[in-house]
Amino acid sequence: MTERSGSASGPAHKTLEIGMALLIGAFGLVVIFGSLKAGINWGAEGPRAGFFPFYVGATIVVASAINLWSAQRDNDGRLFAEWGQLRQVMSVVVPTAIYVGSMPFIGLYVASMVFIAWFMRWLGGYRWLTVAAVAIGMPVVTYLVFERWFLVPLPKGPLEEWLGL
Amino acid sequence: MEELANLFHGFAVALQPYNIMLMIIGITLGVIIGVLPGLGGANGVAILLPLTFSMPPTSAIIMLSCIYWGALFGGAITSILFNIPGEPWSVATTFDGYPMAQQGKPGEALTAAFTSSFVGALFAVIMITLVAPLVAGFALRFGPAEKFAVYFLAFCSFVGLSKEPPFKTIAAMMMGFALAAVGLDSITGQLRLTFGVTELLNGFDFLIAVIGLFGIGEILLTMEEGLAFRGGNATINLRVVIQTWRELPTYWMTSLRSCLIGCWMGVTPAGATPASFMSYGIAKRLARRGNNFGKGEIEGVIAPETAAHAAGTSALLPMLSLGVPGSPTAAVLLGGLLIWGLQPGPMLFVEQKEFVWGLIASMYLGNLAGLIVVLTCVPIFAAILRVPFGIIAPLILVLCAIGAYSVHNSTFDVMLMLVFGVLGYLLKKCNYPLAPLVLAIVLGDKAEEAFRQSLLGSQGSLNVFFSNGLVSTIMVLGLVALFWSAIQEGYSRLRTSMA
Repeated sequence: MTERSGSASGPAHKTLEIGMALLIGAFGLVVIFGSLKAGINWGAEGPRAGFFPFYVGATIVVASAINLWSAQRDNDGRLFAEWGQLRQVMSVVVPTAIYVGSMPFIGLYVASMVFIAWFMRWLGGYRWLTVAAVAIGMPVVTYLVFERWFLVPLPKGPLEEWLGL
Repeated sequence: MEELANLFHGFAVALQPYNIMLMIIGITLGVIIGVLPGLGGANGVAILLPLTFSMPPTSAIIMLSCIYWGALFGGAITSILFNIPGEPWSVATTFDGYPMAQQGKPGEALTAAFTSSFVGALFAVIMITLVAPLVAGFALRFGPAEKFAVYFLAFCSFVGLSKEPPFKTIAAMMMGFALAAVGLDSITGQLRLTFGVTELLNGFDFLIAVIGLFGIGEILLTMEEGLAFRGGNATINLRVVIQTWRELPTYWMTSLRSCLIGCWMGVTPAGATPASFMSYGIAKRLARRGNNFGKGEIEGVIAPETAAHAAGTSALLPMLSLGVPGSPTAAVLLGGLLIWGLQPGPMLFVEQKEFVWGLIASMYLGNLAGLIVVLTCVPIFAAILRVPFGIIAPLILVLCAIGAYSVHNSTFDVMLMLVFGVLGYLLKKCNYPLAPLVLAIVLGDKAEEAFRQSLLGSQGSLNVFFSNGLVSTIMVLGLVALFWSAIQEGYSRLRTSMA
């Protein structure tokens, strides 16, 4: 999937592979540290809270070390992805992060409308009419299905308050 | 013979028009719930539980259990068409179902999945009808050591049977266990691994992880390839259905094996998810075309779907006869029994014959109704496929966000979902398997509890896992699965040196 011609440029697969092994290994160390704080030995009522996670963390560190070692030996010069592809991925991640981050303040419905409209207009290149239909239709359907039918309350913001929903 | 008479009486109850209507409503809702990521069987049933308070208990349990069957059926649809497992137990269905859809055979994949689900469920219901007291008595003997051994076997099967490098599988799996451990420790009531973050008090919910890793991660992978539309075109017509049905009996061995695995894993509280993985892994090892698994082999759809449905159905057996739920959804249904004023346990079979046998009869009818509903309604879901990715992607993202939010009504979970999404993208690109990670988050607490309770009983000696025939057998099977690739390599080396 990531094998491309030599002319394309992007981060090497090996770099990412090593990075992942290090990241997971670091996660394992955090788990070990947290387990030590919770206590890994036997207490009055048997094994203490950190007993099980400690060995889990230790296994993560060992497995990551082996993965790191085998990633190190890997020398096929594959690309992880081209910069253009990564830009595509980021063009979803960044707006989604903004969408998710704004949800506690403006509510799910307004955030969804803006997000869907942005996605369809800038990445999909649809006409404004189509964009408006989906961007407004989806939250309305969502409201009816979740709040009215399934009685699941979703986060609301100032607009819903103003509308009295 | 008395059972047979009871069963016929049950059919009379289930066939009342009101109950048939509830059955159809339940199945339809269940399929929708199963298709929507995040609105799974367990919380779908939980959300709808209050609506049933005014109904007679038999009607209520018929509707709720039909939602469960519907969710079991529905999970396969998104797995095959979108590579997004609607439910954790349909993760294994994506391995071959999605490639099949991409090769232009979504109709075959869906028909195989639905029919296998039906076969698995039917097998399990017949099992419940016939051997309920016997099997329940056996599972009753399971102590914590045996429970842990079953989990051990399920997880070891992953390492030995997955196509990813074993240490990547172990790393991913252990990350799942670590995430499951975060929060309140269920045995000592102590906080751990939260590092002072209050949002982590309740730990990580596997639903958030599933939505992020599979839902968001898959969308990011798709974005990388441009806005290419990756779902196959789904046409399911009578010809495809009959053609597939004609092909299915060839795989009777796989079906039967998957039924047995499913029933075993469903009755012992391991559940549908490990059953589907185990069945897939074993089918991969034993099938003649096992090397083709993962590239769109119909047997790779049959095996997990049959086992998942058999396990999902037989999970109700210990819930009904012992009051011990075999799956999260069964646990929610158990909560319903208590609310309706029924005491789950062996006495239910004596005191509430109409309820028990009405439910069992509705399992036969509900699964048949489910098969018909999903087979005829797939064109509606196929219509979803013709919507371009530029529209469907933001809608899936929004649905994922809603799903993640509604698990615990928390916007923190929505952010967590995005983090899991990016993580899922990176892990998948680096060839780490995601399924064991999710499974470990689901079962982590239970496995740990069983492990610690066993050690408590034995004063810390690991010998408890080899203390009797049953537990030793399961543990040895687990160890064989763990070192399966090494054993295989050693065996072939031995053969070449002998030759």
